[in-house]
Amino acid sequence: MSPERRTRTIKVDALARVEGEGAMLVRIAGGRVSEVQLRIYEPPRFFEAFLRGRHFTEAVDITSRICGICPIAYQMSAANAMEDACGVRVDGALRDLRRIIYCGEWIESHALHVYLLHAPDFLGYESAVHLARDHGSIVRRGLQLKKAGNGLMALLGGREVHPINVRVGGFYRVPTTGELRAAAEPLKWARDAAMETVRWVARFPFPDFEQDYEMVALRHPSEYPITEGRLVSTRGLDIAVREFTDHVVEEHVPHSNALHAAIRGRGAYLVGPMARYALNFDRLSPLAQEAAREAGLGPVCRNPFRSIVVRAVELVYACDEALRLIERYEPPDRPAVEVPPRAATGHGCTEAPRGILYHRYTIDASGSILDAKIVPPTSQNQRAIEEDLARFVQDRLDLPTDALTWQCEQAIRNYDPCISCATHFLTLEVERLEVEQA
Amino acid sequence: MARTQRRKPRLAVWKFASCDGCQLTVLNLEDELLALAGEVEIAHFLEASRATARGPYDLSLVEGSITTAHDAERIRQIRERSRFLVTIGACATAGGIQALRNFKDVKDFISIVYARPEYIATLDRSTPIADHVQVDFELRGCPIDRGQLLEVLTAFLHGRRPNIPAHSVCVECKRRGVVCVMVARGVPCLGPVTHAGCGALCPAHDRGCYGCFGPMETPNTASLSAWWRKLGVTDDGLVRAFRTFNANAPEFRKESERHEP
Repeated sequence: MSPERRTRTIKVDALARVEGEGAMLVRIAGGRVSEVQLRIYEPPRFFEAFLRGRHFTEAVDITSRICGICPIAYQMSAANAMEDACGVRVDGALRDLRRIIYCGEWIESHALHVYLLHAPDFLGYESAVHLARDHGSIVRRGLQLKKAGNGLMALLGGREVHPINVRVGGFYRVPTTGELRAAAEPLKWARDAAMETVRWVARFPFPDFEQDYEMVALRHPSEYPITEGRLVSTRGLDIAVREFTDHVVEEHVPHSNALHAAIRGRGAYLVGPMARYALNFDRLSPLAQEAAREAGLGPVCRNPFRSIVVRAVELVYACDEALRLIERYEPPDRPAVEVPPRAATGHGCTEAPRGILYHRYTIDASGSILDAKIVPPTSQNQRAIEEDLARFVQDRLDLPTDALTWQCEQAIRNYDPCISCATHFLTLEVERLEVEQA
Repeated sequence: MARTQRRKPRLAVWKFASCDGCQLTVLNLEDELLALAGEVEIAHFLEASRATARGPYDLSLVEGSITTAHDAERIRQIRERSRFLVTIGACATAGGIQALRNFKDVKDFISIVYARPEYIATLDRSTPIADHVQVDFELRGCPIDRGQLLEVLTAFLHGRRPNIPAHSVCVECKRRGVVCVMVARGVPCLGPVTHAGCGALCPAHDRGCYGCFGPMETPNTASLSAWWRKLGVTDDGLVRAFRTFNANAPEFRKESERHEP
């Protein structure tokens, strides 16, 4: 056998159609996958460091800037954590409004991923713009669906990226009944479009590939989880959010500017739509359940390539849920409840489009932040992504390098990774690792 | 005979240290995106496409700030390959929220500057793109406004200068008919010194402006600080107000330093 046959490297220096800067390297030696690295080289931005000394009310706006794709997730996890620290609970119409704007973010983010970032892989196109040349009406449907999500975020948050209207305790201004009800018509269209989306993606060709993940998601007594719940897993984890760091350990690996998270004593786990779905199928609306069944999804999906179908089902749910809450809306007496600071530590965890996002803050009696910790979904998924790649490549060594590289990219995009999120927190200096030559 | 069709302008979108929100604003042009893709060749836009062309590019949109030596070199290469280079958003135009490190390091900087290799020193600061290369136009905001982005793209395609006003948020409040939150309700507001572009979003939501578009042209920050003091804002509060997403913009940086203990 020639040396070229013995060692082979599959690599992508700059991953496309993901949020942020990452690279991938898979090394094959002697017919075995010897090394897999999802390399996150995006420079860290030190959020946890400069949150110290800021006022507790500022974390909502500051942490939003970790990610332009899921700012509401950051705002809600931060607000929940601060309210937890101060012993205040936000309920009723204010809670509903938070859930509605979060549905808007799910719709925007999922439509972006399904149509613009992920679908082109299944159909063999470089991008959605290329896809639109042959399937213009489908891409236009995706863009309008995305716009419906953005519309909700702009209505309740003021704008789509880094909304300005969310605060600890509630909002600065709440909509009138008429303003909110006006959002219902575009959402009804979006719900139908989401049903069409499920049917469209269910027909994609999926590789035969399943992994036995430990999946972790929030679970709430009555709702499909978005803004709160207990943390549960498919292997029996069932803890309060405040116990998160007792069960999850973070490790710094040399090839990534994002810490790798693992469940203590067990290892890799998976967060995101597939985990939410597996652990909360019974909490989906009847329409979303029907869409899932029609798409041939069982109550648990372990094929990460089919996460696009689960994402589409969640699109149906998010439209359905927002409509349900809009229907019953009556404006609250005040746009926010008072949240006086006290010396305490608070925890917040919500379901970002990509999975659980955990915040913890310690504040003093004046409301100054003493310590901050943020664990975003993509850093929790890094190990699962690498484990997927190792097995996926091992079974496909016969494929030509170009085809295998593209399929590896697709396998990474299964997770809708948000690298900008994952790298916000290191307090070390950057060492930029150059991708090695084959 | 029909003339040979002119080559489509080549558009590139680049990312440095940032949250991705400004380049997402390109994809948030849901009604215009496909038309735009018809007018330009999207030659490099990793968030949207795995197909890339080497350049040269007619228009490069640059998101993010420079925080590593590698990125400082990368922006020089992008400049060389770009006919026009437009920076988008507070990270690219002012260093972004990550420029808060610039203030922390200043104190111990002198003692350590010679002990460290130069590339580490650059890692300690987050700087705008214009500190490194010539920039043809700066579009402000954290995030940028999609209407303004569209204006920049349209202006470029028609070979004219973008029509982006440099006045304050106050003018936008007046135009929108929003009652002044500071005068009427005593809510501290950065609107009088902040660059227009958002459409007075925060005051329209009963909230003071927090300056995410950075300083307007020749802002009177000292006068505004005096007003804030009358509303009961402390020095610490003023420092924090001027040190957010445009903390490293010279006018905001200087004003925040005036109130440091």
